[in-house]
Amino acid sequence: MFPMLRQILRTGIVSEAPPAADEDLRVVAQRLSDAVARQLGRALVIRHIDAGSCNGCELEIHALGNPYYNLEALGIKFAASPRHADLLLVTGPVAKNMEVAVKRAYDATPEPKLVVAVGDCGCTGGIFGESYASCGRVANVIPVDVAVPGCPPTPLQLMQGILAAIAPGKADRAAKG
Amino acid sequence: MQILEQSIVFEPLPGHASPTWAARVDAQALRAFCAAVHAAERRLVALWGSDERDRDAQLGFALHAAFDLAEGLVCLTLPLSTENPEFPDLSLPFPAAERMQRAVRDTIGARPDAGDQRPWLRHANWPADYYPLRRDTPEVNGSRYAASNEDYAFVRVEGDGVHEIAVGPIHAGIIEPGHFRFSAMGESVLRLEERLGWTHKGIERRFVGMALAEGAKLAGRVSGDTTVAYAWAYSQAAEAISGAMPPPRALWLRALLLERERIANHLGDLGYLGNDVALSFGLMQFMRLREDWIRLNAQVFGHRLLMDRIVPGGVAVDLDAAGAQALLAQGRTIRHEVRKLKAIYDEHAGLQDRFLTTGRVTAQLAKRLGVIGLVGRASAQWWDLRCDHPCAPYDQLAPRISTERNGDVAARVLVRFAEIAEALRLIETIISEMPAGNIRSEVRSSADRRGYGWIEGWRGDVLVALETGHDGKIRRGHCHDPSWQNWPALEHAAIDNIVPDFPLINKSFNLSYSGQDL
Ligand code: SF4
Repeated sequence: MFPMLRQILRTGIVSEAPPAADEDLRVVAQRLSDAVARQLGRALVIRHIDAGSCNGCELEIHALGNPYYNLEALGIKFAASPRHADLLLVTGPVAKNMEVAVKRAYDATPEPKLVVAVGDCGCTGGIFGESYASCGRVANVIPVDVAVPGCPPTPLQLMQGILAAIAPGKADRAAKG
Repeated sequence: MQILEQSIVFEPLPGHASPTWAARVDAQALRAFCAAVHAAERRLVALWGSDERDRDAQLGFALHAAFDLAEGLVCLTLPLSTENPEFPDLSLPFPAAERMQRAVRDTIGARPDAGDQRPWLRHANWPADYYPLRRDTPEVNGSRYAASNEDYAFVRVEGDGVHEIAVGPIHAGIIEPGHFRFSAMGESVLRLEERLGWTHKGIERRFVGMALAEGAKLAGRVSGDTTVAYAWAYSQAAEAISGAMPPPRALWLRALLLERERIANHLGDLGYLGNDVALSFGLMQFMRLREDWIRLNAQVFGHRLLMDRIVPGGVAVDLDAAGAQALLAQGRTIRHEVRKLKAIYDEHAGLQDRFLTTGRVTAQLAKRLGVIGLVGRASAQWWDLRCDHPCAPYDQLAPRISTERNGDVAARVLVRFAEIAEALRLIETIISEMPAGNIRSEVRSSADRRGYGWIEGWRGDVLVALETGHDGKIRRGHCHDPSWQNWPALEHAAIDNIVPDFPLINKSFNLSYSGQDL
């Protein structure tokens, strides 16, 4: 137990890390936190759906939970079921084999719902494009509110994308800095 | 040259980073060779098909099998008749061949003469006679076909009190899609059957017609967490085709990137394994280290996950003195931090209680199933290309293999810790001994050539087999992920464990869905 406590104390709170390097992050995090409080007045619940990604985008979505980005502290939670979600975060081109599952998850998400398509694949089909096995971009299968390019997008870009979805006007300003 | 005292005459393939041999065989010789490989306790690396009808009337279709033998990578090609493309079932000596055979059937329509005949990559979403890798199959848009929910013939377990639990394809966490069908008695798993292929996105058909230089990007996206290993393997294959020699400095930089990828993944896994036994302290600490690690990737190499850093002919980025210093300093910090965290994991009774004996794959079972890579090494399977067939610069680095005997979650955790320590050591040596010079040489494609690339990624060995056509463009590109070998072992590892321990066992394997779905 003691080594663990010592480690926790020594590590401190890294989400308040060097302000110079993380100024963009601090600004986006603040705006995101404000937007969640204003637009929802409660936590924003996200359901992630891998529609056929290479798993690169998943690694960066995972990173959102690390102490640097600390999404939970901004009032954003990942849910296990689309039924509890406000927002679907969809990665990959939609594999033909996932088409039915993606549509079902979308239908199961209660209104009003937001969809953020993640990565070059989610935006355009990316390097995999459209074929017998790939439906291409997420918008070909379900309605999309915001698409976040990048291969994969960085955690910061993902946060900006989520912000753009929940507070469209604010996000434009945020993007301009 | 003869191998394993078989009558087959092998040709050495020129220009490969490690010794590679090829031969054409008939069905009988293939069977005999497989038996000899099995008897010699060596292994099947990959199995794939191709369509040769437009090129070689003699060949029709072809089945390709690659083996890991003492001599190096050994590739056999079995011509199959156009009318009745049937090949011998190889799943008896090599159980992992079964799903690869089903994928061959789905993609080119050649079938094994026995064994499981159910589709694997094809779910009921395109016609059964649409074979994407046949040369005369037209390009179609998937929207032409109605997507449907297939009625897959899962094996049923009968008996009093046996119930089925179906999970997926979409899972509760942030993970890739797959379907798991448990037959359970109370909480205890009697049987697990996996149904994969959900993220099949037509990668191998996508390779067809690509320029040799272009394909590296696609190979680097077969499994994003293994992008470095795939890009390197692809580049080896492309370099063998073109006859290009990457400069020595580029090879050392590739090894540096590969070891950094290994550490990044191990750090993430160790965090999530802690989390799965309710030690969120472990998750946060390791995720912090991982973030530090990949931020420095972005700073020094220009990409957090190191995508597209390895290119045919060399590497896309060089390392300057400041970058080298930053990497060395980080290596020291991470070594120190990981050591402290290991001590905490080692002493945490609750964690050890959940890790020990959970999800066990005995050495004997691992050997029978042909389990490889990290999971194999945790079950006393001594396979590591960096030691067995070291390509440059590993031939000068003398990497040490990390193995355990128990084959449980705890063993897979220990192997990860040991591999982080060893990779840190390798990185230090690489940085201090890296030769100076260019980092890229020119790669020009060459018509009608074959090339293979074979690299020990963090999960296990990945193989890329490439073939060019008359125009020098890619005619066939096959990428093989070690997950093919290890997914079937996960089915065994779950047996007799409780259903709630499955996420932990699954995480301890951390196999790629995308890498095997292609
Ligand atoms: S955008 Fe890039 S990282 Fe994301 S799924 Fe597509 S290929 Fe992978």
